[in-house]
Amino acid sequence: MSARKIALDQPESFSFSKNSEKEVKFWLNKYPEAKKASAVIPMLWIAQKQEGWVSEPAIREIADRLGMPKIRVMEVATFYTMFNLEPAGEHLIQLCGTTPCWLRGAEDLKKVCAEKIGPKGQVSADGKLSWMEVECLGACANAPMVQISNTAGDHYYEDLTAETMGRIIDDLVAGKTPKPGSQTGRSCSEAEGGSMALTDGALYDGSLAKKVNLPNTSPKKEKA
Amino acid sequence: MVQLLEDKDRIFLNLFGREDPGLDAAKQRGAWNATKDMIDMGPEWIVDQVKASGLRGRGGAGFPTGLKWSFMPKEVGARPHYLVVNADESEPGTCKDREIMRNDPHLLIEGCLVASFAMRAQACYIYIRGEYVAERIALEKAIKEAYDAKLIGQNNIHGWDFDCYVHHGAGAYICGEETALLESLEGKKGQPRLKPPFPANAGLYGCPTTVNNVESIAVAPTIIRRGAEWFAGFGRQGNTGTKVFSISGHVNKPCNIEETMSIPLKTLIETHAGGVRGGWDNLKAVIPGGSSVPCIPMDTCTDILMDFDALRDVKSGLGTAAVIVMDKSTDIIKAIARISYFYKHESCGQCTSCREGTGWMWRVLERMARGESSTDEIDKLLDVASQVEGHTICALGDAAAWPVQGLIRHFRHEIEDRINTYRAGKPVTVSQMAAE
Repeated sequence: MSARKIALDQPESFSFSKNSEKEVKFWLNKYPEAKKASAVIPMLWIAQKQEGWVSEPAIREIADRLGMPKIRVMEVATFYTMFNLEPAGEHLIQLCGTTPCWLRGAEDLKKVCAEKIGPKGQVSADGKLSWMEVECLGACANAPMVQISNTAGDHYYEDLTAETMGRIIDDLVAGKTPKPGSQTGRSCSEAEGGSMALTDGALYDGSLAKKVNLPNTSPKKEKA
Repeated sequence: MVQLLEDKDRIFLNLFGREDPGLDAAKQRGAWNATKDMIDMGPEWIVDQVKASGLRGRGGAGFPTGLKWSFMPKEVGARPHYLVVNADESEPGTCKDREIMRNDPHLLIEGCLVASFAMRAQACYIYIRGEYVAERIALEKAIKEAYDAKLIGQNNIHGWDFDCYVHHGAGAYICGEETALLESLEGKKGQPRLKPPFPANAGLYGCPTTVNNVESIAVAPTIIRRGAEWFAGFGRQGNTGTKVFSISGHVNKPCNIEETMSIPLKTLIETHAGGVRGGWDNLKAVIPGGSSVPCIPMDTCTDILMDFDALRDVKSGLGTAAVIVMDKSTDIIKAIARISYFYKHESCGQCTSCREGTGWMWRVLERMARGESSTDEIDKLLDVASQVEGHTICALGDAAAWPVQGLIRHFRHEIEDRINTYRAGKPVTVSQMAAE
């Protein structure tokens, strides 16, 4: 397991912004009123998207809002590894280092990050960048890959090489927004150069929209 | 000649994201066709169709889906029923549900309605892993479309009031274990529950609940539309249907691809993934079902079929059908050590044997990868792995032990060589202390 602690330096207070409040309302609507503790992960995430990390006052605020003991929210915040318990760079690069990415060159990407940004976990001097190694992000057919989190969202950058990784970091520093997804230009996880599958035009000409008669419905229809 | 799956028999027609994932386009591709007729046939009929198709759960364990559905109470009592879809796809090597959710979300939502009706559930939560932010947004969008078109929701055109919600996690592999997922969905740490009670009796909020993988749910409507016998016509008996395979690692063209079950591994890799880097003879080993199943060496790979039973017979497993290919350049000890690190990182810490054992195995393997070990320590490692396996609340302990066992079973000679090379000319005895 990964042992995680909250930061020593904490802000005085936390409150959800107007936009965040809209999000909070959207999420609270999903659960029965008596079970609103279910919204704890989404609310911590909203707090993190607002501030860049999850502070101790944010944990208190969320506990109050959900009627949960503060320690329970603290447990959740420290258990789930996506919650940054201390400030991260404006652009947080989460580099997948698990075996499928490792097999395809994740170590090379780590070197690029270390050279261009600095040691793992440290925010660069200008506050723009930080990077960390994370476990499998579930894009293994597009390995190696990273997820970059910033105010623009949380995007996957896939099919990377040391060169494209370096270029993406340079672009971020220069204030540009590199295009997410596969950096070789393929569509999602289709085989490079085009798959031999899903080429039959009849799949897309609308013929499948014609009402079908369900098989296996005889001898008699029974109403529920 | 092996019969490959033809385009007309594929279920996920937008797997590659070339087409529009929206409702109108999804309908053009056959989604939401005759859904009302399915509902009109009643829950028992739907469960029977899924049973007859032979569909086995696509999340890794391979439990028959129809049978699982039939465990739910037949009448709704004081407690409501829930369907929970496991979209916490985190098993290293696995990336198939992601494509379903972002490219073919309507098949999943339709499946949620049909499955929920079959189990008399009027609410469904889709628990998606926190990192899949773009996929979550895509899914929310598709659900909104379905609500707006009155396909789901209160007073929908299908006559079964049904709400579908997306919930997300925040980076914890263990939440893919169904009871940890339920804990997480209730707002707690994702630590697995002791079973029994099973979720069908006491699941989400203490209510009858069934947890199914994304793919299992998303294929259900098409199976019913085309007939159980159509689906059962693919693959070997007990291993039927089509399946999305994720192929990663040392192949020329890594990809996701829907194929027939029981396809030979070699055919799968050579037809769809451009073959092994450097040719088939350059293959060293394959992890055939996600990181938790034991690897199989090259000579086994040449004629193995990709299904539950065939892979079980070679002491591995189909798991999530995530094929991780390793060519001869691979340092297999390091590759498995990295998997061990993953399990150490993801252990929830609840059971001592897993919390301590995963870290122990990882540290020993890291040393073995450098050769700093002794050959009798290999047996000790195997012994520890077998003591973690089967001695934990959930299967994470097993999942951590199996790759280590597979490594020693097939590549013991390589570990021994590494140790001997390291020790050659060194008079010092290496300490056998594993702990830091």
